[in-house]
Amino acid sequence: MSRVIQEPVRTARTTARRRRAARARSGQWAAWAFLAPVVLYLLVFYAYPLYRNVELSLRNYTVRSFVQGDAPFAGFANYAKVFADATFGPALWHTVVFTLVSLAFQFVIGLALALFFLKNFRLSATLRGLFLVPWLLPLIVSGSTWSWMLNSDSGVVNAVLSWFGIGPVNWLTSPDWSLWSVVIANIWIGIPFNLVVLYSGLQAIPPAIYEAAALDGAGGWQRFWKVTFPLLRPVSAITLLLGLVYTLKVFDIIWIMTKGGPSGASTTFATWSYRLGFGNLVPSFGPGAAVGNLLIVTALVFGLVYIRAQRRQAPL
Amino acid sequence: MRRVKTAVGLLLTAVMLFPVYWMINVSFTRDQDMRKSPPNWFPADGTLDGYRAVLDQQLPYLGVSLVVGVGTVALTLLLAAPAAYSLAKLRPRGGGALSFVLLIAQMIPGIIMAMGFYAIFLSTGVLNTVPGLIVADSTLAVPFAVLILTTFMSGIPEELLQAARTDGAGVVRTFVSIVLPVSRNSLITVSLFAFLWAWSDFIFASTLDQGGDHQPITLGIYHYIGNNNQEWNAIMATAVIASVPAAILLVIAQRYVAEGVTAGAVKD
Repeated sequence: MSRVIQEPVRTARTTARRRRAARARSGQWAAWAFLAPVVLYLLVFYAYPLYRNVELSLRNYTVRSFVQGDAPFAGFANYAKVFADATFGPALWHTVVFTLVSLAFQFVIGLALALFFLKNFRLSATLRGLFLVPWLLPLIVSGSTWSWMLNSDSGVVNAVLSWFGIGPVNWLTSPDWSLWSVVIANIWIGIPFNLVVLYSGLQAIPPAIYEAAALDGAGGWQRFWKVTFPLLRPVSAITLLLGLVYTLKVFDIIWIMTKGGPSGASTTFATWSYRLGFGNLVPSFGPGAAVGNLLIVTALVFGLVYIRAQRRQAPL
Repeated sequence: MRRVKTAVGLLLTAVMLFPVYWMINVSFTRDQDMRKSPPNWFPADGTLDGYRAVLDQQLPYLGVSLVVGVGTVALTLLLAAPAAYSLAKLRPRGGGALSFVLLIAQMIPGIIMAMGFYAIFLSTGVLNTVPGLIVADSTLAVPFAVLILTTFMSGIPEELLQAARTDGAGVVRTFVSIVLPVSRNSLITVSLFAFLWAWSDFIFASTLDQGGDHQPITLGIYHYIGNNNQEWNAIMATAVIASVPAAILLVIAQRYVAEGVTAGAVKD
């Protein structure tokens, strides 16, 4: 009896399933039709330039050979040239210092400010909004402003330092200071991003947890280390990763303020690559592209170190 | 206690925004006061010479930046909105992989893209043209735009789309008359960022439009610094004017900007 009833139900179900599958198939067509422009775009404007860049790094290109297309294949000669270059060691070191110091200060200052603005007080939202300004300004604007502020003779920074009896510092023109000058400017630019993201992360922590901790007798400092910091970890991780990726490729601010100088004292991989490719009268595209590709590799290494550190933290 | 906090907050904001103030102050400073030590803290004997110089020399650059910015926004929306709709609502096979590719694409350093574009643009003849620059600048925004819009459109209730379907609307119709209007806020967010990034771009401009007849304002300022590093009031006046879009965006769209940064960071 039951079988008799089930039979037509089952056929009805299979037809329904078949119909659904057919609809899903046409749905797939529609879905990919909507995606097609972006896929095409990615192939033409990301994959192809990347491919060209790798190819550039493996050939001896000049401006003329771009047009005539007769650049001889050079294998890894460009890479060998770059590795043997006296700029390589310092540029690597500057890239590491620039990235890590910027990241550490942006994050700590950003977090402190986020905690501060979390408290309710008059003008809190307005002031927090104003903190976004440095991040929204074009880098050429921030770069030139900092250049003038750090000017040795008439810069406002040295004028303030002289109040404290500190002699003029040659911020941009001394090899000892140029890297720190661009780091300072870059920290200033990166604070808003850290502030905004960490602030939204802090907002997501339920206040009840703080109340419970306070009832258990945890002081302010303890509450920060035992409650806020662990709960903020996922957001902190994302902030640091994005900050890392962003800082590693910073080019504008260094180029505008010091051009990587004096005598390479603030050269990073990004500015070195640009100088090789576009900064000279006779461009060396091959080595420039090679340095650029090394930048990608560096990003990967940083990324892996970061993921490892994350994993080691995870069981805690 | 609250008043103390407000005072501290004001102080912190003042310190943070000091460079912005200084830019404005210097833009009004007279040439003869420029190298004074200590410098003038307020533009007391201010001059408008800097701004006069900007209006004389920099207007064409500003115009180009405006065109490039608007073009970049249009191209970005045209590409990103349909893609995001598909990823969020139409469940394409391989959609997850595509999202991952978009995430990675954002991480490629600009200098590498610039080098690749230079090679391509040189052989196709779009080097030093405004459309070429628009295409290059759009690469700053497209992956970001797709990811942000996808996140937003995933939040559109399924019932809304179901209702449209029941009324006989096809995929395209649903997209145009339901999804797009509902997503207005996120489209604004994306447009703001696309415009701002295109407006601020220096690396693509200086590699792909260095020799062009129509150059954006970032190059205008850059040449200015290179050619006359004496007239800092004019340089800073240009900088102030180049910052105007950012200032306007901040005033009218603070909420969208904060939303965009947050959404951009918390996507996974």
